[in-house]
Parts: sequence; structure tokens; C-alpha cells
Amino acid sequence: MVTDPAEGATPGDTSATDGPLFRVDEVGVRFGGLVALDEVSLSVAPGEVHGVIGPNGAGKTTLFNVCCGFVTPSSGTLHWRGEPVRGLRPHRLAQMGIARTLQGVGLFRGLTVLENVMVGADRHHRAGFTSALLALRRSDRDERALRERAHAVLTELGTETYADRLPGSLPYPVQKRVALARALVAEPQMLLLDEPASGLGADDMAELGTRIRGLRDRMAVVLVEHHMDLVMTVCDRITVLDFGRVVAEGTPDQVRDDPAVIDAYLGEEAA
Amino acid sequence: MQQFLNVTLTGLSQGAIYAAFALALVLIWRSTRIVNFAQGSMGMFTTYLALIVIEGTGSYWLGLVVALGAGLLLGAAIERLIIRRVEGGPELSAIIVTLGLFVAIQALAAILFGATFRSFPAPFDLRGMMVGGVNVALTPFSVFVIGSVVLVMAALVALFRFTDVGLRMRAAAFDQEVSRLLGVPVGPLLTLGWALAAVVGSLAGLLIAGGSLVYPAYMDPIIVYGFVAAVLGGLDSPGGAVVGGLAMGLALSYVSGYVGSELVAMAALAILVAVLLVRPHGLFARTAARRV
Repeated sequence: MVTDPAEGATPGDTSATDGPLFRVDEVGVRFGGLVALDEVSLSVAPGEVHGVIGPNGAGKTTLFNVCCGFVTPSSGTLHWRGEPVRGLRPHRLAQMGIARTLQGVGLFRGLTVLENVMVGADRHHRAGFTSALLALRRSDRDERALRERAHAVLTELGTETYADRLPGSLPYPVQKRVALARALVAEPQMLLLDEPASGLGADDMAELGTRIRGLRDRMAVVLVEHHMDLVMTVCDRITVLDFGRVVAEGTPDQVRDDPAVIDAYLGEEAA
Repeated sequence: MQQFLNVTLTGLSQGAIYAAFALALVLIWRSTRIVNFAQGSMGMFTTYLALIVIEGTGSYWLGLVVALGAGLLLGAAIERLIIRRVEGGPELSAIIVTLGLFVAIQALAAILFGATFRSFPAPFDLRGMMVGGVNVALTPFSVFVIGSVVLVMAALVALFRFTDVGLRMRAAAFDQEVSRLLGVPVGPLLTLGWALAAVVGSLAGLLIAGGSLVYPAYMDPIIVYGFVAAVLGGLDSPGGAVVGGLAMGLALSYVSGYVGSELVAMAALAILVAVLLVRPHGLFARTAARRV
């Protein structure tokens, strides 16, 4: 029997911590005749930082899109907290306890920084759609709690001074941090980071690395990233994709010396 | 001077109605990138329902409640059953669907309610009030018109600014995909957006009918003026729609009062062309970059 994982996901529930938190089993994705992913498997333990790397076009983003329901795989299965996940759709992610950041920033341009974060703070503190409609206004207490939590996350990421600004008026690294704040405010059990370091300078990147390491006691992190230094320093385990297949999997040290990985990256490394 | 005052007052109360109508268009444009050409027909239809209730019960207010409630349901049903199928598809499909609805609802109204002119009551006196011994063109009914439009706008501002549903509707309007990722129920919120817009459109239909005649095509000029008002405001900006509506009301009233009432429609089109030439994104568009 398949239970809806959305119902089982309560915050702080650690019953599933024995097995992997999230598992992708032999997933295949075909776009017409093109094989984007071929029998790709991936397993994320609770509190683990898992990197997904590979040359351009290796299928990293497709894999991410499978994980968040943008792309429905043609074969293979997904498991979340030990339960199979069928027909994953993006709107279920938040309830399940999965947050994702997007390449670029993906902030709502017409909403203030604080409002952006409050949209993300949806998971625990909200009434359902119908009751929210009937009440229209959250009770003052909930409203205050939500605001406080949004402020707390903004403060944690050092962006609280921008709370009332529109994202477009802020420097890019600050926007990236706000996007991260919006993902964190839902207190997910797994965070999918899609190229979090793109467009960042060395200082911001080092800070990001520390921050990601600091998230491990609260959630698992899956990371797609081009910057090899960052991946090698923050990840516990790394999956390497090339041409839609997993060519290596292991700790940063194992992966670094794997001939298949060197092979896959040879062209890029030389350039 | 007195004529100027009267023309201005008439323009303001007409403008309030155009503003409401433009606001309905903007609400839908913001959330679904569709110009709802059927808005006028929907408002016409619910106004006919109000007329039936008013004639049956003698209560204008019961008719008003029925019209707004019917607008809510009609808007929700049209989004959920018809528009949902063309959302996200080619822009042209949605436009043609709303144009088709525009014609179909009008035809349906003609079948159900007849294509003759019928008079629609007003809840308040239509004679101008006496101010300091001078009869001005501000009637109790036009006070009601302006007041109810202001009330509805305040309610919408409160909804969007201060409630959770409003925040999530704004988020969904900016980016549906990201909103879904964050757990925002985008589909139901789109339905709600259409429903709210249809309520505002129904109110506009009801107010324009008050003390006047209704027939299946009586909203047609309002569609044009309301659309021009919305474009004037940039289509994207609710505040712009209100200002655009009032500006339209005043401009058309001045044209009618000083130049000739036969030129009103032409003046509306001239304003539209002028705005599109000079400020293609409207007078109040927040950004020029957001193109679809």
C-alpha cells in the first residue's frame, strides 16, 4: 500500500532516520529519442550533504527536476522517508518537507524580501486553503509567529536589513541569500540547492560553504554545483554524472581520484 | 464654472465605474496574463439576474447581493471549467476563448432575458443635490457609486496587502512555478482571482445600469473604456487601473460636455492610441521588462 508521504511528514519526526531519507532508484528520463538519464540511482542520508556533479549536459539538472517533480521519469522509482513516491508534483514538495532553490534566484520581483520569505514559510503554520479563505486573516498569533520566523531566518543569513526592499534593488549575492532564506524558512528535511554558488565571489562562496555545513544538523542537502572547490569541501558524498549515467559515487577523496571522473572532466579541466 | 464642476462630478462618478471595470481586467491580467474580454458580458449577465430579483422582490439590495454572488460563482466556474484548459498555452487561444465567451454570454442573455431595453432601478435619488442653492451634478446615486467602488478597492487592497491568501495570490501572479515549489495552491488561487475579478466586474455592471436601461449589449462601451483605462494604468498595476479609470471618466466627460457627446467613443480610442504610442507600458507600469 502506498501512503501519501505528505501526510506522514511531521516536523521533528525521526522515525525514518535509520534508512536513507531520500532515494532515487534506477531512474530513466527520455526526451523523445534523447536519453537524459539512464538508470541513475542516488541515496541521501539524513543530515548528509550530497553533491551531484558532472560536465555540462550530464543530466544534473534533469535529475534535480525529477527530484522535485518538474520532470516525470519514464522509469525507476523515488522513495521519501522509506515510502514510495508516485506522481510527484512540485506543489507537494513543501508539504513533504523538501525545499528547492532555483538556478539564478527565482525571487518574486514585486514582493518585498520579507514577503518573499513569508510565502516560503508555508509548511507548518498555515491553515488549509479553505479555512484560510473563510478566516482570510490568520489569527494574530499565527501571523506574528510567521513574521517572526521569517525575520529570524533573514537575520540568520544576515539579510534582515533588507526586509522591506524589493529583491531587484539588491546586489546579486544578497538575492541569493534571500532565496536561500526562503527555502530554509519552511524548515525542510531536505534542501535541494541548484547551483547556489553561481555568480558569487570567493568570499561569498566560502561563507556559503560554511553555511551549508552548518545546516547538517537540521536537514539533508543535495547540491548541484559547478564550483569544484566548494563541492569538495562541503559534501559528505558525491555522485558524478556523465552522459546521463552515474560514473562514480563516494566521498570527495574517492571521487577525486576515480579515473572515470578524471575521464569525464578531462576536457573541462584542461580548459 | 458651474458647468465645469458638473462635468467634473459626472466624470468622477463614471470614472469610478471604469476604474472598477479596469481593476477587474487587471486582476485577471496579473494572475493569468489574459485580457478577459468576456468581463463585460459577465457583468451584464449578473445585472440581468439582479434585475429579475429586484422585479420579483422589490429589493434593490437583495438584487445587489445576488448579482455579486452570481459574479463570484460565474467567475470561478469560467476559470475552472473553460480558461484552465487554455492557460499556459498560446496567448491567442485564451484571447479567442474570452472573445467567444463575450459573444456567447451576450447571445445567451438575449435568449433568456430578451433583446429589448429594460429599465434598471437605482437605489438612490438620481436628481442632483442642492449645494448652497445651486443644483450640482452630484446625485445621491453617484455618491453611492463612488462610495461602493472605493469600498471594494479598499477591501481588495486589504486582501492583497494584509492577508495570507492575498500574499500567496500575489506570489502566484509573479511566478506560478516557484509558487508551486513553495507549496502555494496556485490552481485554487487562480480560480479565486477570477471569482474576485468577476465580483468587481459585476459591481461595475450593476452601477452602470443603475437608473438607466439594460439590454444585452449595454456593457460594450464600458469594455472599451475600461480596457483603455487598464492600459492607461499599465495593465499590471491595480493603482494604475484606478487612476486610469478616473482619468478616462474625466476625459470622456469633458469631451462630452465641451466638444460633443458623439465624439466620446472616438476620444477613448484616441487616448488609447496616444498612450500606446507614448508610453506603451502604460503610465504606471512598474517594469518594462516583464513581457510574455
